[in-house]
Amino acid sequence: MIVQSATEIAEDFSPEYWREKDKTHTFPEDFWKALVEAGFVGILIPEGYGGGGMGMVEMILAMETLTSQSCGLAGQWFLCLTSIFGGLSIAKHGSENQKKNYLPKITKGMEFCLALTEPDAGTNTLNTQTMAIEEGNGYVINGRKTFISGADRAKGMVLITRTTPLEKVPKRTLGLSLFLVDLPNPAIEVMPIEKHGIHYSKTCEVYITNLKIPKENLLGERDKGWYLILDTLNPERMSFSAAASGIGLLAISKAVDHARQRSVFGVPIGSHQAIQFPLAEARAKIEAARLLNYRAAWLYDEGQPCGAEANMAKVAAVEAGIQGVYHAMQTLGGYGYSVEYDVERWWREVNLIRLAPVTHQMALAFIGEHVLGLPKSY
Amino acid sequence: MNIIVCVKHVPETAEAEIKINPEGTAIEKTGLVFDINEWDDYALEEAVQIKEKFGGSVTAITVGPEDADSTLRKCLARGADNAIRLTDPKFNGSDSYAIAKILHKAIKDLPFDIVLTGALAGDDGYTAVGPILAEHLEVPHATMIKKIELSGDTARVNRELEGGLEEVVEIKLPAVLSIQTGINEPRYVSIMGIRKAMQKETKILGLADLGLSENEVGEAGSWITIEKVYVPPVEKQAEFLKGSAEDIATKIAELLKARGLV
Repeated sequence: MIVQSATEIAEDFSPEYWREKDKTHTFPEDFWKALVEAGFVGILIPEGYGGGGMGMVEMILAMETLTSQSCGLAGQWFLCLTSIFGGLSIAKHGSENQKKNYLPKITKGMEFCLALTEPDAGTNTLNTQTMAIEEGNGYVINGRKTFISGADRAKGMVLITRTTPLEKVPKRTLGLSLFLVDLPNPAIEVMPIEKHGIHYSKTCEVYITNLKIPKENLLGERDKGWYLILDTLNPERMSFSAAASGIGLLAISKAVDHARQRSVFGVPIGSHQAIQFPLAEARAKIEAARLLNYRAAWLYDEGQPCGAEANMAKVAAVEAGIQGVYHAMQTLGGYGYSVEYDVERWWREVNLIRLAPVTHQMALAFIGEHVLGLPKSY
Repeated sequence: MNIIVCVKHVPETAEAEIKINPEGTAIEKTGLVFDINEWDDYALEEAVQIKEKFGGSVTAITVGPEDADSTLRKCLARGADNAIRLTDPKFNGSDSYAIAKILHKAIKDLPFDIVLTGALAGDDGYTAVGPILAEHLEVPHATMIKKIELSGDTARVNRELEGGLEEVVEIKLPAVLSIQTGINEPRYVSIMGIRKAMQKETKILGLADLGLSENEVGEAGSWITIEKVYVPPVEKQAEFLKGSAEDIATKIAELLKARGLV
């Protein structure tokens, strides 16, 4: 029924709608409103706080459907920013007060962002330089973040900082803490970065200067932030895998329509194996990636370790998704390169997923080290 | 205000490739996607909106096999309080008259102020169940409803007529109203609704539960037998419009208007 509902929403937001939003760099207000009204933003939020009390399996199904039925990356993007970064982090690690304060607002559409990446701490989160220093009854935070999507509009931010410098912790993975910050805030300056695609949402540089926040804004235990953020980063990977599969399916479906209708030399181009096979191969790989991603999501919902599955699903999904869009563009020929046919936009979107939330290579390095048991390769 | 909504689980045929069965009496349903009949979707939304305004309950009811449960679950997720599925192998082959009889047996003992049906079903398009059901229930009915205003035991309803006309009629409740598309904007099935629907059960009633006999339902209890279903041959007709761009544009506009396309 989630799939059915997501399909109905997607039908109301056609590729033309997204073409326009992408072209005009406009936030899709009515799409966000639809997601809020239909309760999709609250899928992961417990029922007691106004959410659906469901898990990542349901979230993945929703994202995959929205994405593959017409919305492209947007079908995943906004839910990831607010529901996973904000909602899931707070639902998992928030105090009762934080849950009461934020979760019902999130279900009603309060947007969130996650301020994790820094110029010198991308994948290497442990190198985070942003520092929170205890002062009186709170913390003073200074630092700089980059690639923070949605920071321009978000009303809430999950901010990752050091609370103990790297050289003073007994273990490298200690010393990081998460904070909840209300936005906009005069101590936080947000500067959008021009990017390759997803123009309907801004990704920003964030400068934090003497941000004062009370102690009760600490999310979870002090200095244990690394372990807490893993609970958010694995679902983030799953959500991007869902997006890669979804975009691949969307592009393939466009290519199939074209291949049936477009006749050259007297036959539809889809009757040629050169057109069919690459699409069929991508489709088969996408289906496999989806199943692996469902497994990762199911393990997560069961409270079991899911890092291996989440990373393997991401590797599989991004390769399959890219293959799907690549061959969709090839099928459309020159039309694939024109904006009007949407495939070029999906190409720009799917490209992100080989870089974020973790590069393809770092996901492979994770598998090499943690699944195969080989030495750390970086 | 207690409202009963009659819904039908129908195949989506608008964009599907339709094949006729070997007997030539129905379409092949394998491979088609089924969903709530579009008109019933509006009827359900109208019922839920009335309930939200005046209180009471909404009961969704269908005649159909187990597959139809997905349509009932959708109704529950969209705000219906109860769901009833009337099912029996003997119901197969029922026409609108027999379906209305089956529905009547289930509805007659339920408390209701309004019974809503879709104005027609997307698959067979008879537009008949609502009026026949009203006759069985011995209550008034109105069809093609585009607007409902309730006060006391009266409903003021707008009926859609041909040529863009609307007629306003007053009707005494309880009544059966058959709903035209566009009366409202059906809401999305929400996550919270899905949650609630999972906790609700569908009541299932068969031939004996309804106190019906075999010869009252199915083909035996029907007035109509379908002789043939076919796809009309495509006729190739083209008209070339001549003249200046302005003349051609005017003619196109006239043609479109004459055929009711704009």
